[in-house]
Amino acid sequence: MSVVSELSASRELLANLTQRELKGKYKGSVLGWGWSLLNPLATMVVFSFVFSFVLRVPVTVGERTGIKVFALWLLCGLLVWNLISNGMTAGIASLTANDNLIKKVWFPRETLVLSTVFALVVTLGIELVVLSVALAFYGNVVLLWLPIVLLLVLLLTLFVTGLALALSVANVYFRDLQYLVSIGLQIWFYATPVIYPSSLVKAQQATQVLGVSIWTLYQLNPAFTFVEAFRDCLYDERVPSVGRFAYLVVWSLGTLVVGYVVFRRYEGRLAEEL
Amino acid sequence: MTDAAITVDDVGKRFRIYHERNQSVKAAVMRRGRATYEDFWALRNVSLEIPTGSTFGLIGKNGSGKSTLLKCIAKILRPDEGSISSVGKMAALLELGSGFHPELSGRENIFLNGSILGLSKSTLAAKFDEIVDFAGLEQFIDTPVKNYSSGMYVKLGFSVAINVDPDVLLVDEVLAVGDSSFQRKCLEKFAEFRRAGKTVVIVSHDSGSMKNMCDEVAWLEKGVVTRTGSPVDIVEEYEDDSHEERIESTDGSTRWGSGEAIIEKMELIGADGTVRNRFRCGEQVTIRMHYRFDQPIDKPVFGYAIESLDGVYLWAHHSKHGQYVPDQLDGRGTVDLVLPRLALQPGTFDLTSSIVDNQLTHQYDFWKHVLRFDVEHAGHVESGGYVSLNGRWGNLQPAAGQMPTLHLG
Repeated sequence: MSVVSELSASRELLANLTQRELKGKYKGSVLGWGWSLLNPLATMVVFSFVFSFVLRVPVTVGERTGIKVFALWLLCGLLVWNLISNGMTAGIASLTANDNLIKKVWFPRETLVLSTVFALVVTLGIELVVLSVALAFYGNVVLLWLPIVLLLVLLLTLFVTGLALALSVANVYFRDLQYLVSIGLQIWFYATPVIYPSSLVKAQQATQVLGVSIWTLYQLNPAFTFVEAFRDCLYDERVPSVGRFAYLVVWSLGTLVVGYVVFRRYEGRLAEEL
Repeated sequence: MTDAAITVDDVGKRFRIYHERNQSVKAAVMRRGRATYEDFWALRNVSLEIPTGSTFGLIGKNGSGKSTLLKCIAKILRPDEGSISSVGKMAALLELGSGFHPELSGRENIFLNGSILGLSKSTLAAKFDEIVDFAGLEQFIDTPVKNYSSGMYVKLGFSVAINVDPDVLLVDEVLAVGDSSFQRKCLEKFAEFRRAGKTVVIVSHDSGSMKNMCDEVAWLEKGVVTRTGSPVDIVEEYEDDSHEERIESTDGSTRWGSGEAIIEKMELIGADGTVRNRFRCGEQVTIRMHYRFDQPIDKPVFGYAIESLDGVYLWAHHSKHGQYVPDQLDGRGTVDLVLPRLALQPGTFDLTSSIVDNQLTHQYDFWKHVLRFDVEHAGHVESGGYVSLNGRWGNLQPAAGQMPTLHLG
């Protein structure tokens, strides 16, 4: 397949661009890489205070582990959400931010988008390691679940890459798309069980929208399935159901293919539209 | 043809000139997706074959499409009509250092930029010292490039790009970078490249260097290749053509002096006695100064100098060396200096004129670049430089007839 061979030919470029993203981001700051951890930590503290202490969102108890820590439960979902959210915001700007490069040198353009997403995936990896250490204090042996977590990270990466590919190229033609996306992301965030357990929505499944149970609609959200699957592994220590996996595979591959096709269709005129 | 490095087949490139552009979702929705634009063909029906191992030049005025063509060859732009095929690894020197990340060090940027240009990590590691050495930046290689001067930035960019070692090199006016010693290094590297049998495509306005470097030249005008052929013929025709359209300007002139004597007017007079700004190479030219002395001055000296357009000081002569110094001058008058043979190669030149005292230290009036004039071809063609020495070939030994393998012509 030409797609694969082209990508493998440019894998060193991809690695270098990813490194550029990672190194350039925190270079010259006192904490350096510490920033990439500080951000989710700060969010965790704020959310824990607001939702667990002030608003009294019920703390989910780990089904098989008996673990009952809101902050850790929150992080299991928050880190996943952060990749989707940051991947879209950074990915959408990845072409417009590198216009000088696109106008002057030929190289596979998708490497710009991919490297942006990959840099975030590397950050996610580090965050997951820290989270796993914290979970280990409460007796969760995350290491055993590593293969499944890696598989989920892979699917999540494909999903986010597909979104970023389509959005990045669309943003070249419509520059205000990034603002629309940031509004969309806010809505999507609250539609996903990051700061509250999905059981609260399930409890209201009698409510119907257009004749369909709100709980059914709620579950269609691929981010819902991603968050729940990660929590299955990390917090509850159980294998996500086959149905969940199948749903994620379909979404991930589907998004990737659509994103790639859109990207290919419009990348030809990038140099002149930028 | 099998030995063509680059084949351009009936290529057209269309740009959209937007009247109202829907560059936002909002605008697109409001106007229901109708953006109004006009098509502009930057290139049309362009066909070229660039042979492997040759140095091929593209000349033309600004906006003639030569850079667009180069970008199409470099795959940065995709042609709307026709096709371009190329053989071998290609590198384009379009803008140097364009992929540098300001926060990263020179070392990191060499690896990053190199991989954008398609070099593998191992090749880069092997060439690293050569690249740094060529740029002359050993001392600063671990400094973030944001702290580099613009010259250092460009040097590093050129150094990476030229060491990619491509089979085809595309160059867009970037050979004039850095200080003069670096420029010489670049030109040497470039010559080495051509000796190694690599294909080079150059876009330039600098017709002089095009004439020296290229094996073949294509002249683009309004997106169409009007002529291709030997650089001598085409570049000369191009030069003569571009003189026609030049707007006369003496804005570049500067003038100073104490003002007791004034240069009122300068004239250049051709062999036929007419005042002109354009002369044939080898023509007799008279430089006439109209002066005005507001007070009597003893033994004044008149002087002239000629510079090329790029500022090279070519010639000067003053009336003290010419032993033509009047005892005293007052009021208005003229003085002539006759040049029996204008020994300048075709090009554009600036005349500087002055009236100074007998010790050549005090300037009454010094007018830099008072006149600009053009020199045109007159049959005899010489190959490069500024002066025309009227060289003639001959006296081949042994005589041509006895050497059947040698063909003249």
